[in-house]
Amino acid sequence: MARVVVDVMLKPEILDPQGQAVQRALPRLGFEGIADVRQGKRFELEVEGPVDEAALARIHEMAETFLANTVIEDFTVKVES
Amino acid sequence: MTARIGVVTFPGTLDDQDALRAARLAGAEPVSLWHRDKDLKQVDAVVLAGGFSYGDYLRAGAISRFSPVMESIIEQAKAGMPVLGICNGFQILTEAHLLPGAMLRNNHLHFICRDQKLRVENAETAWTSDYTVGQEIEVPLKNMDGRYVADERTLDELEAEGRVAFRYLDVNPNGSLRDIAGITNAAGNVVGLMPHPEHAVEPLIGTGKTDGLGFFTSILKKLVNA
Repeated sequence: MARVVVDVMLKPEILDPQGQAVQRALPRLGFEGIADVRQGKRFELEVEGPVDEAALARIHEMAETFLANTVIEDFTVKVES
Repeated sequence: MTARIGVVTFPGTLDDQDALRAARLAGAEPVSLWHRDKDLKQVDAVVLAGGFSYGDYLRAGAISRFSPVMESIIEQAKAGMPVLGICNGFQILTEAHLLPGAMLRNNHLHFICRDQKLRVENAETAWTSDYTVGQEIEVPLKNMDGRYVADERTLDELEAEGRVAFRYLDVNPNGSLRDIAGITNAAGNVVGLMPHPEHAVEPLIGTGKTDGLGFFTSILKKLVNA
């Protein structure tokens, strides 16, 4: 079975307090030099059958209507070999 | 015959009984609706109550938005049926694109529970006609994902068209843009807000006031006069 990964990230202009909280904790833990952190979601889809153009189009539609809320989030779809 | 107000129960809905009770106290006939039924049981209006439908997995309201009952509600809302979304219900309405924008995790990342002052900004929607513009009300607020966001163009449009229905007063509890607590669609039949009017309909509970009852008397008046 092929794996397709959908990465979902808040749009750059949307405040990400979770990422900020992580970023603020870093110096406390001794990790210096990280100017910014943004937190996203990764979906790993195990796809039955061939991942052809039609299958990818369906996954794109799934990401656009359900996995991501395109009002606030961007997403990318990629096939893992 | 009195107006029938439906309240949907999704798995994880918490405030359906309070919403049904508020509808009854206002004089309506409360009707329970189940998320897996497409049938709206001939109700005249629908309330999407607060809670954590489907555990807020993925995003608050994202999974509920695709339940069978929502198919019927989206169709009817577009045809003019009044729909009120409270808290999780507001999140569902934005996910369903019946209202613009989106709801995100509170800017301070904490769950918040407080009595919240609001200013009524639009007293012409189906759910707010018993209030007056500029009126200050106090109702409970409790949420994790209450930060209203939309792009600048949408926010400007909402302001210009008077579609910001409620604004937070004194404290912005979650970082909502422009202190927005609730909005309406262009037609005024769909209203969403984060605070909970259904918890402030009797002196004994909630804030100890009945500031929230106006939502339910508004809709009743509209339906009975219709």
